[in-house]
Amino acid sequence: MSAVLSLRGVTKRFGGLVAVNAMDFDVAEHEVLGLIGPNGSGKSTTLNLISGALPVTTGAIALRGSPITQLPAQDIARRGIARTFQLVRLLPSMNVLENVMAGAVFGHRRRWGHEAEAVAQAMLEKVGMAGRGHMAVGQLTYIDTKRGELARVLAGEPRVVLLDEWLAGLNPTELEEGLALIRALRDEGRTIILVEHVMDAIRSLCDRCVVMASGSKIAEGTPAEVLADPEVIRAYLGDDDA
Amino acid sequence: MDIIITGFLLGGTYALIAMGLNLQYGMARIMNLANGEMLVAGGFAAFWFWTAAQVSPLLTVFVVAPVAFAANWLLYIVFLRPLVKRARSRGQLEVDAILTTFGLSFVSVGLMLAVFGGDYFSYSYLSFPVHILGDSYGANRVAAFVSAVVICGALWLWLDRSRAGLTIRAIAVAPDSARLVGIDVGKMAALAFALGGAVTATGGALISTFLTLDASTGVMFTLKALIIVIMGGVGDVRGTIIAALALGLLETFVATVIDPGLTLAAAYLLFVIILLVRPQGLFGRRSA
Amino acid sequence: MRLTSNDWRNLTLAALGLAIAACLPWLLGNYALTIGVTIAMYTVLATSWALFSGPTHYISLATAAFFGVGTYVTGIGIQHLPYWTLLPLAGVIGAVLAALVGLATLRLSGVYFVIFTLGLAEFIRQVITWGQNVSGTKGIYVLTSITEAHIYWQLLGLAALVYLLGWAIGRSRLGFALRIIGDDEQVARHSGIHTARAKILLFLVPGSVAAITGAILAPRYVYIEPSLAFAPMLSFQVVIMALLGGTGRLWGPLVGVIPFTFLWEAISITVPNQTTLLLGVSFLIIVYLLPKGFVGLFGAIRRRMGSEGLV
Repeated sequence: MSAVLSLRGVTKRFGGLVAVNAMDFDVAEHEVLGLIGPNGSGKSTTLNLISGALPVTTGAIALRGSPITQLPAQDIARRGIARTFQLVRLLPSMNVLENVMAGAVFGHRRRWGHEAEAVAQAMLEKVGMAGRGHMAVGQLTYIDTKRGELARVLAGEPRVVLLDEWLAGLNPTELEEGLALIRALRDEGRTIILVEHVMDAIRSLCDRCVVMASGSKIAEGTPAEVLADPEVIRAYLGDDDA
Repeated sequence: MDIIITGFLLGGTYALIAMGLNLQYGMARIMNLANGEMLVAGGFAAFWFWTAAQVSPLLTVFVVAPVAFAANWLLYIVFLRPLVKRARSRGQLEVDAILTTFGLSFVSVGLMLAVFGGDYFSYSYLSFPVHILGDSYGANRVAAFVSAVVICGALWLWLDRSRAGLTIRAIAVAPDSARLVGIDVGKMAALAFALGGAVTATGGALISTFLTLDASTGVMFTLKALIIVIMGGVGDVRGTIIAALALGLLETFVATVIDPGLTLAAAYLLFVIILLVRPQGLFGRRSA
Repeated sequence: MRLTSNDWRNLTLAALGLAIAACLPWLLGNYALTIGVTIAMYTVLATSWALFSGPTHYISLATAAFFGVGTYVTGIGIQHLPYWTLLPLAGVIGAVLAALVGLATLRLSGVYFVIFTLGLAEFIRQVITWGQNVSGTKGIYVLTSITEAHIYWQLLGLAALVYLLGWAIGRSRLGFALRIIGDDEQVARHSGIHTARAKILLFLVPGSVAAITGAILAPRYVYIEPSLAFAPMLSFQVVIMALLGGTGRLWGPLVGVIPFTFLWEAISITVPNQTTLLLGVSFLIIVYLLPKGFVGLFGAIRRRMGSEGLV
C-alpha cells in the first residue's frame, strides 16, 4: 500500500496545551480515511497541521514521500492538498464561478483564462450547481455554499482532499445529497480525509478510520472495528456505557 | 552613566504615554492615531494652569485625567462604537479606526492651531537640578518619572488584581468569549479607551514640564507610542514599560552621542528590526 | 489577449480624453496650467496608490517617501546624467525601496504596514537632513529649461501608463490573486497563492510611480530640501483623494482628485491655517458617509434607479 500522505509523530503544542500528541497514520491513494473523535480531540487541528494553516511543533508530514512539514499553506496547496473549512469561506466580492476559478487558477494544476473557466464550470456541474456560476455568494443556500467551496477545492485537481466537518449543519435531505456527492468523489478514486461527526457518513463512506481523543490516536481500523472498540465508545460516551 | 539615567527618566515618561495607547489598542482594539494630540492637549492644559494660576502640573493632572477620561469616553461612543458595530472583520475595523482617528487627529490639530496658534509653548517648572549618583538632572524630569512610575504601577496592579482589570484583559484577549461569560464588552471597551485617553493626557501634562510642545508635535508622540506598544507586545503591560525604557535609553544615547535630529530615525530603525526579528514584540502573542 | 467592444470603447474614450487634456497648455492660461499640473500629479499618485491599496486594503502612507526620493534623484542626477535617464532611474530606485518596505512589513497585518509607511518619509527626511549637516551641504538647486507644460505632458504620459498598467493588472493573474487576498487572505493561501509575494510585487507599482512623479516635479520646485521633498501632507492627501473617489474602479481616484484639488485651493486661499482641519474632516466624511467613495455612491444610485426602473 503506497501511502500518499503520512504523518509520523506529529505533535502540536499551544503553550502548555498539547492539542495533537504524536499522531501516526498513513493515507493510501484512493482511500477515504475518516478522522473521528469527540469534540476537542484535535481532529481539526490535525487537518490544520496537514494543510499548513498551523505550524507543526514536532513530527513529520510527507506527501508522496517528500516532506511538507515546514512548508507554508500555499506551497502545500500547490503540491496538491486542498481543503474545505469548518465555517464555509467563500469570497464575498466575487460570484460563484470566480470563487471556483480561484481554485483552478492557483491550485495544483495552474490554469488561466478560458481553460480555467472551463474547469470551473465542469466542477460546478460535478457538485450539482451547473449554470449557477453567475450567482452572488450571498444568494446561496447553506448547502450550496458548501458545494461552491467543494467545487473550488476540486478545481485545482488536488491529490488529497481534506473535508473539515463538511456534512455539519445539514438537514436530512441535504445530508442525503451531501453523502451522495462525497460517494461520487470516492467512486472517482479521490483520496479523501474526512473529519466528521455524522456516523452514517463514516460508516458508509470511509474505508478506514483513525479515532482521536484528547489529542492522541486511540484506535485505527475499519469503521466497523473502530466503532465497536470499547476504548472508542468510552471516549465518546464516557465510562458507564463501555 | 548620566546617559543611562537620563534615558531612564525619559523612558519612564514614555511608558506612561505608551500605556495609554496600549489600553486603547491592546484592550479596546482601536488603533488611535489621535493619541499624540490627546497628549499635547494634556500638555496645553498643564501649561495654561501653570502660566495663568501657578498651579503645579502635578496637581493639574487631577483635573486633566477626569476630563480626558470623559472626553475619550464620548469620542468612543460617538465615533468609534459605530465602527465596531459595522465592521465585518477585525482588519476592517482596524482600517476604519485608523482613518477615523487620523481624521480626528487632524481635526484636533486644526482646532488647536485655531485656538492656541502655532507657537511652541514651554514653561519652566521645577527646573532646578537634582543630584543623583553624582550627576545633576532636572527635578522636573525626576518628578515626571516618579509620577509615571506611580501611575504605571497603580495601573499594573489594577489590571492584574482587580476585577475590572481582569475584565479588561479578558476583552483584549478574546472579546467573543468574554461576551459569553456575561461581560459587557462594549462598555468595557469604552472604559479601556477612556482610561487610555486619561493616561495619555496625564502623560502629556507631565512631559510638558520638561519638553517643548506645539500643536503639530502630536504625530511624533503617536509614532513613538506605537513603536513602544508594538515592541513590547500589544496588550502587555510589562512589555510596554520595558520597551518604553529601551526607547528612552536609545533616544538619549543617539541624541547625546550622534545627533539630536536622529532620535526618530533611531526609534524607527529599532521598530524595523523588531518587525523583522520578532513582530509580535517582546511579550506579545503570536497570531496564528 | 482578446478585447471586447466594451474595452475598445473605453480605450477610445480614454485616448480622446487624454488628447483633449494634452491641449490644455495651448487652450487655457497659466493659472489653469498650474492647476492642471496639480490635478495630473495627484491623479497619477492616487491612481497608482489605489492599484495597491484598493484590493489589498493595506493603507500606504509612503507616497511622500517615494516622491521625495524621486525629487532627489532628479536633484542630484541632473548634474551628472542626461534628463531622460532620470525618470527610469527614479522608477527603479522607487521599486527597490518599495520592495524593501514590502519585505519588511507585507507579511504582517495591515496595521504594521500603515505605521511603518507613516514613519518612512520622516525617517528618510531625518537621515538626509543629518547627512546634509554632516557634509555641510544645504538644499539642491534644480535649474533646467523644463517648463510647466513639459511637466504637464510628462505627467499625462505617466497617467496613461498607470491606467494601462492598472487595466492590464486587473485582467491578469496577479490582479485576480490580489482580489482574493483582499477578500480572505487565508483562503488565498490555501488556494495556492503566495500572498506576501503578490502583495510585494504589486506594491512596486505605487512605489516606482510615486518616485517617477517626484522626479518629474523636481524642476518645478527649483530648490529641493528635505522638508520640502518629504512633506507628509502629500501622503494623506493622496489617500483622501483616492478613497473619496473610490478604489473600486480605475477612474475612481480621478473623480476624487478633481473636486478635492479645487476644495484645497479654495481653503488655502481663504483660510490657509485650516487646511489640516479640512484633511481631518475629509477623513471623517469618507469613513462615515462615503466608505466606497464616489464610485460606490454612483453604483448605489445606479442600482436604485435600475431597480425603480424595473418596477
